[in-house]
Amino acid sequence: MKIDKALIDYLEELSCLSLSEEEKIRLTGDLESILAAMDKLNELDTVGFQERNHPFDGVNSFREDIVLPSLERELVLQNAPQRNAEAFVVPKTVE
Amino acid sequence: MTAIEISAAIKAKKLTVLQVVEDYLKKIKEQNDVTNAFLYVAHEQALARAAEVQAQIDTGELDDSPLAGVPIGIKDNISTMGIETSCASKMLEGYTPVFNAFVIDKLEAAGMIILGKLNMDEFAMGGSSETGIKGAVRNPWDTARVAGGSSGGSAAVVASDLVPLALGTDTGGSIRQPCAFCGVTGIKPTYGAVSRYGAVAFASSLDQIGPIGGNIDDCAALLSVISGKDERDNTSVIDKPFAFGDSTDVKGMKIGIPRNYFSNGIDDEVKNAVLSAARTLEEQGVIIDEFDMPMLDYVVHVYYIIACAEASSNLARFDGIKYGYRSKNAETLAQVYRLSRSEGFGLEVKRRIMLGSFVLSSGYYDAYYKKAMQVRAIIKDEYSKLFQKYDMIISPVAQSTAYKIGENIDDPVKMYMNDLYTASVNLAGLPAAVLPCGFDAAGLPIGFQLIGDAFSEDKLVTAARAFQSVTDYHTKKAGGNNS
Amino acid sequence: MKGYEVVMGLEVHAELSTKTKIFCACANKFGGAPNTHVCPVCTAMPGALPVFNRRVLEYAVRLGLALNCDITRCSKFDRKNYFYPDLPAAYQISQLYAPICKNGCMEIALEDGGTKTIGIHQIHMEADAGKLIHDPANEQTYVDYNRSCVPLLEIVSEPDFSSAAQVIAYLTKLRETLLYLGICDCKMQEGSIRADVNLSVRRPGEALGVRAEMKNLNSFKAIARAIEYEAARQIEVLEKGGTLVQETRRWDDNKGRSYPMRSKENANDYRYFPEPDLLPMQIDDQWIEGIRGSLPELAHEKRARYIKDFGLSEFEAGIITAHKNISDLFEEIARQSGQALESARLVTGEIMRMMNNTGILPEDLSLDAGKLAYLVKLVIEGKINRNSYKDALNAVFTRNVQPADYVKEKGYIIVNDTNAVAQAIEAVIAENPNAVTDYKSGIQKAFGFLMGQVMQKLKGAGNPGAVKAALTEVLGS
Repeated sequence: MKIDKALIDYLEELSCLSLSEEEKIRLTGDLESILAAMDKLNELDTVGFQERNHPFDGVNSFREDIVLPSLERELVLQNAPQRNAEAFVVPKTVE
Repeated sequence: MTAIEISAAIKAKKLTVLQVVEDYLKKIKEQNDVTNAFLYVAHEQALARAAEVQAQIDTGELDDSPLAGVPIGIKDNISTMGIETSCASKMLEGYTPVFNAFVIDKLEAAGMIILGKLNMDEFAMGGSSETGIKGAVRNPWDTARVAGGSSGGSAAVVASDLVPLALGTDTGGSIRQPCAFCGVTGIKPTYGAVSRYGAVAFASSLDQIGPIGGNIDDCAALLSVISGKDERDNTSVIDKPFAFGDSTDVKGMKIGIPRNYFSNGIDDEVKNAVLSAARTLEEQGVIIDEFDMPMLDYVVHVYYIIACAEASSNLARFDGIKYGYRSKNAETLAQVYRLSRSEGFGLEVKRRIMLGSFVLSSGYYDAYYKKAMQVRAIIKDEYSKLFQKYDMIISPVAQSTAYKIGENIDDPVKMYMNDLYTASVNLAGLPAAVLPCGFDAAGLPIGFQLIGDAFSEDKLVTAARAFQSVTDYHTKKAGGNNS
Repeated sequence: MKGYEVVMGLEVHAELSTKTKIFCACANKFGGAPNTHVCPVCTAMPGALPVFNRRVLEYAVRLGLALNCDITRCSKFDRKNYFYPDLPAAYQISQLYAPICKNGCMEIALEDGGTKTIGIHQIHMEADAGKLIHDPANEQTYVDYNRSCVPLLEIVSEPDFSSAAQVIAYLTKLRETLLYLGICDCKMQEGSIRADVNLSVRRPGEALGVRAEMKNLNSFKAIARAIEYEAARQIEVLEKGGTLVQETRRWDDNKGRSYPMRSKENANDYRYFPEPDLLPMQIDDQWIEGIRGSLPELAHEKRARYIKDFGLSEFEAGIITAHKNISDLFEEIARQSGQALESARLVTGEIMRMMNNTGILPEDLSLDAGKLAYLVKLVIEGKINRNSYKDALNAVFTRNVQPADYVKEKGYIIVNDTNAVAQAIEAVIAENPNAVTDYKSGIQKAFGFLMGQVMQKLKGAGNPGAVKAALTEVLGS
């Protein structure tokens, strides 16, 4: 299928990226050729077929409702690019 | 020496743990530039651990651990507490996990010693280990060539004997293809046999951690260590770790060989080596039978749709807020997200995230993602039918031996086709062992894989052991030294 | 409404009162210092994986059965993908394709005395997001993940509401049901139950209008006000010939109006897909029947029982069952005292009055039923009088005194000792000869005076009946 600029912009937004013009041109071409190859799947008629999102059919893997110790806060925040003593810090989220 | 021999020598007091560790650290220091396989060498931690493990061995605590005292290298997408885990990405440069992956806890409990973290394709997305932030891994057999990927560093270090064992991850062939390219042995375990807890997720329904080593017994021993039930992974479905015997008896085993895997595109030398491996097994009593795998032509397409869809979601957590890279140019919240992600991820990662966002997006989900899930079901069913007939399937790993660095990097479609022989195993969650089975005219290694039914690792190991008991491809080391 | 009708549907989020979070073993507790109930899973550290809490499934099925839903036999989780700092993985684990409960209903009482059935479209399980704390001083936002992965049930109704009163009736009953099932503490002020209202208007008989989703409704009062405001706003737009856009609006209760919310960074394309880290849930009949069998008695069932078995009025039964804490207290006092009617009188009278005066909410009520039952028994057996009873109750409410010691100290126990009564009468007669003369000459109110004097001598502890009889006898002789 044809990938137009609007679609690339849309995917960029969904993916939360800011691509350079060069990258956009590049990825437009790449996605077009990848999706063209993907069209091979249309050779298969799968109407009404079951879907499989997982390699096996296991079910019911649960945890009991028992509290375990949480992580020490210093460890939680240790890798944060910006933080204060108790929280992660980001630029304001509201106007 | 094999890993098991090293451990035995330590227990017999012919070697100390420290001697072994220092010896390997020295080799790494001298030779890592050749392959660029280590991203980070945990020098101090390894020396400290060596003393600890020696004490445990001396008290007999580790008598039952066949790998006690053995050094190991870890692919850089497996979380190691206190040791940087970057996934070879600018996004995670300097990120130090505050918890260990399940497998790391297991191998430390078994008395193994982590020497460092191994280079790979960025976030395990690639088949050549060229896309990492620290540059390509070079194949120890020919440094102008790729080591394969994405566990290229793991295969290269074992091939050049910078460590006796390594851990890799396999999402669509990422353990098996570099093993084939580097002439080493590896196992991609059944999905659910090894906990994924702490492995930085690429595609959750496909990823599996597995061992890479110099021979099947070393790999089997390591798989015994890292397999087993983990309460922290909902998809960990094995009851207890694997226990492998020492059988080489393959008499009467039925092995299927997919005829159409050897028709289009495969190099003659690879084809002949794999077919000759089949004959070697036949000579040991295996019954070989040919069949056609009609779904082969669709595997890569299904694989990339599913893998990219899951990856686009799994990699969304890298946002410059909780850990990892935050753009210096970001002022607003939107910029923190978008600039950090754009500057932190490389092109291949962005390509896959974009593709994954596309196949899941409203209006395209049914045509791509849903369709892929349906074809995945067909592939799984095909395998189920095959395993009613065969104990295992023998197959090539790649169509060629290791190619030149830079050769395929600009052609994603061609690159993706490299997963032709490997990805269906992940889609169906099956185990596969990869073994060296020859060299091409240029002296580059060739490998083949044995694919088994779910949780038939024991059978795979027996067949692999039978093969290695009568061949010596696995004993050849890169960089001369082949006595 | 100028010939318009309002059509509303509700999405209610209820935080479940499990011990641990939905996908990790961190404590599920409200509040706490920021980022102290978190772990690699609920902060989405690389490589961490969710593991599903069995109790959440149990609670979801409990609610589904109470709301007459079909229970999905093979239920699955899906990922809802969007970027926001309170969502550490940038996806919420939720349910789209196979939610746990579907096609339920709830009957609500209408103001005119009739009833209406509200359809429950579905109930699904999901993880809550963290909290953002805005610091206007330096234009920063602090991210606290304590609430991340707290288990939620989202209860989605059909668009069956046509007035604010119906919405409130539904919410009241839903809240009551959640409380009686013991699965949510329903503290609106802590956000453990939150309601979003989807509202549109239309001329009768026309197709559904364009709807607005209203958020940030923190009390029943705010909900009623917001509904009124939004209906009026939409009608005004249409009356002026304008067109409505589908949008999400944030209610500002202080200003009494709503504002369109700035759409989030990414379009509303959540790219739902099946969660690969979690296995599907396969639910069999036996398990469902086990849960059905263990369902506690719900409010409406209790009400019927109170009226039938205890002889309570409908009014009393209604007050007592309005909150599970109240009905639990009532039942305990009644059980220990053996006096259901007097216990009901206590709960609907003194206890309600005390709560009103002190502003204590039903969910925060904690009284010792044993102490109250003790006092109920005393007053019924005539061992203390009503005034002493009220005072002792108050002492229990305010100071949690030991009632047995308290009534003794205060001398509240009614004296049935005939000697003491006789002595008191003798003394009063001696001290008040004029009053005695008045009484004997036929002035009846003098008896009341003398009676009061005797009671005073007995420090209020006299049994009025016995004192009256004895005094009459003495004066008559």
